[in-house]
Amino acid sequence: MSLRIVVCVKYVPDATGDRHFAEDLTVDRDDVDGLLSELDEYAVEQALQIAEDADDAEITVLTVGPEDAKDALRKALSMGADKAVHVEDDDLHGTDALGTSLVLAKALEHVGYDLVISGMASTDGGMGVVPAMLAERLGVPQVTLLSEVKVEDGKVTGRRDGDAASEQLEAALPAVVSVTDQSGEARYPSFKGIMAAKKKPVQSLDLSDLGIEADEVGLDGAWTAVDEAAERPARTAGTIVKDEGEGGKQLAEFLAGQKFI
Amino acid sequence: MAEVLVYVDHVDGAVRKPTLELLTLARRIGEPVAVHLGAGADTAAATLAEYGAVKVLAADAPEFADYLVVPKVDALEAAYKAVSPAAVLVPSSAEGKEIAARLAVRIGSGIITDAVDLEAGDEGPVATQSVFAASYSTKSRVTKGTPVITVKPNSAAPEAAPAAGTVEQLAVAFGEQATGTKVVSRTPRESTGRPELTEAAIVVSGGRGVNGAENFPLIESLADSLGAAVGASRAAVDAGWYPHTNQVGQTGKSVSPQLYIAAGISGAIQHRAGMQTSKTIVAINKDAEAPIFELVDYGVVGDLFQVVPQLTEEITSRKG
Ligand SMILES: Cc1cc2nc3c(=O)[nH]c(=O)nc-3n(C[C@H](O)[C@H](O)[C@H](O)COP(=O)(O)OP(=O)(O)OC[C@H]3O[C@@H](n4cnc5c(N)ncnc54)[C@H](O)[C@@H]3O)c2cc1C
Ligand SMILES: Nc1ncnc2c1ncn2[C@@H]1O[C@H](COP(=O)(O)O)[C@@H](O)[C@H]1O
Repeated sequence: MSLRIVVCVKYVPDATGDRHFAEDLTVDRDDVDGLLSELDEYAVEQALQIAEDADDAEITVLTVGPEDAKDALRKALSMGADKAVHVEDDDLHGTDALGTSLVLAKALEHVGYDLVISGMASTDGGMGVVPAMLAERLGVPQVTLLSEVKVEDGKVTGRRDGDAASEQLEAALPAVVSVTDQSGEARYPSFKGIMAAKKKPVQSLDLSDLGIEADEVGLDGAWTAVDEAAERPARTAGTIVKDEGEGGKQLAEFLAGQKFI
Repeated sequence: MAEVLVYVDHVDGAVRKPTLELLTLARRIGEPVAVHLGAGADTAAATLAEYGAVKVLAADAPEFADYLVVPKVDALEAAYKAVSPAAVLVPSSAEGKEIAARLAVRIGSGIITDAVDLEAGDEGPVATQSVFAASYSTKSRVTKGTPVITVKPNSAAPEAAPAAGTVEQLAVAFGEQATGTKVVSRTPRESTGRPELTEAAIVVSGGRGVNGAENFPLIESLADSLGAAVGASRAAVDAGWYPHTNQVGQTGKSVSPQLYIAAGISGAIQHRAGMQTSKTIVAINKDAEAPIFELVDYGVVGDLFQVVPQLTEEITSRKG
């Protein structure tokens, strides 16, 4: 039987752009170019490697996001994923992590899965909570923050490098996995891959397809509210000296003045 | 007064500093009730009481160590049901965030992660967060359910406020999911004897400019002269010069020390994301145009192989 892998990928504003908030205090996605979250490329990469090692596997990439999020799906398809699912609905604007995990969980149940692979965190919100929430909602094992992952005989195993220890984990499929940026460099799409991606199917789903009410998601359905967003005052310009042979001593003098020595 | 659950981060009953910060912040909202899972509750209780825990709910079972995350969620949920708290505070470690995330789904509550400050508000606790690589600061609230909030290390200075800290056993019934992910083996990290990166008052980090693992002792000596933790940029980590556990930045640790010293680090946005909230920032870089200089309180444009040893020597002689 074919191994059904679904990779959750997010379309995010470019971190090197000038990111800011819109008037409703949601992330402004209009002024900054978007792209496939770099950290989700690692998830796509691991999915491709797992599929290569399996007898028969199919990779679906799944995103919840605006119209432009199709770009992220195309990128993942051009890396080698087989098909894509795009959950898109005007009522999704302003959805927080709890809402996103609800929509992703319903979409995963709709699409069908044996293995869900996520990135370690999205590069914009960066909460790093969606994979754990997905496992909770789906009622399947969570095998997260892996820097090494393998699937064999209906089991997923992997290494999780924590603060205090490095752990070897094991769980039966179906499961939710997340991988870190230590899991291995993501491949670049080949020209052939880019051309092939144009013909790969992208299915669109909206909230009603998933049986989700509009008030369960979006800004109004959010479980949290942002009341204020203020740009951090620019740090006051510091003192910069050129080392003419005494740079280390000058720095020590500064540190002593600040009572660090 | 309402009770506030505080999840205790500890090593066999030795309470880690971020938990003391959480207890301090929890007192602004209500009466802290600590939740201690695993061995060592009796040892921990004294410290937890000193920092304001009115009660310590304790549970110990092999499941906490043998399976990933879920047993701890089951226990925290049991504590939540026993106490009906005004908020649940969890340290913002990788595991802490996962525990908090699952609890929030289970109890139907909103969650805020990586708070750097917490105040009482008319409509519940108000959390300050720092977003977009710390270029913005936001104030947020949970609007549904019991606020579940994870708090970053170094968000408050721990203040003692002795309370009873009575230890009570917490009864936990593990659910079906608790044993889903087995921890097959565990290799503890060797202690370096240096302070924990996220908890340290001073962090000294080296980047690509350090130019080889063999030169990192230069950074370590400077760190040791200041009693600091050692950090590294991703470039230095990817090159294999320093362990990933020491990486500072978006995909490494986020630090907020009193003093951050960056040597041979350019200051890419992903690095800044992990250190920009440091109180005082110092950089040594030979390129005067390096973006790190936009952040510094004091910068030296120069060769780190000259500046760092001179600095270390000067500090050592001043400390006598
Ligand atoms: C998704 C994603 C996540 C990332 N996460 C992180 C992260 O968590 N942490 C992180 O650090 N990076 C992260 N990065 C990488 C980041 O973009 C930069 O590539 C990285 O921070 C560069 O490290 P560096 O400053 O050490 O190296 P460089 O940018 O190469 O800078 C080296 C600096 O050293 C200086 N130098 C060289 N020799 C000397 C000398 N002898 N004396 C003094 N100065 C010298 C140079 O002038 C230069 O400024 C991430 C990138 C992505 C895409
Ligand atoms: N809108 C989304 N669509 C698809 N996947 C997502 C979305 N948001 C988060 N994810 C997945 O969840 C991971 C963690 O996200 P976060 O909890 O937002 O940091 C990401 O790396 C993605 O794999």
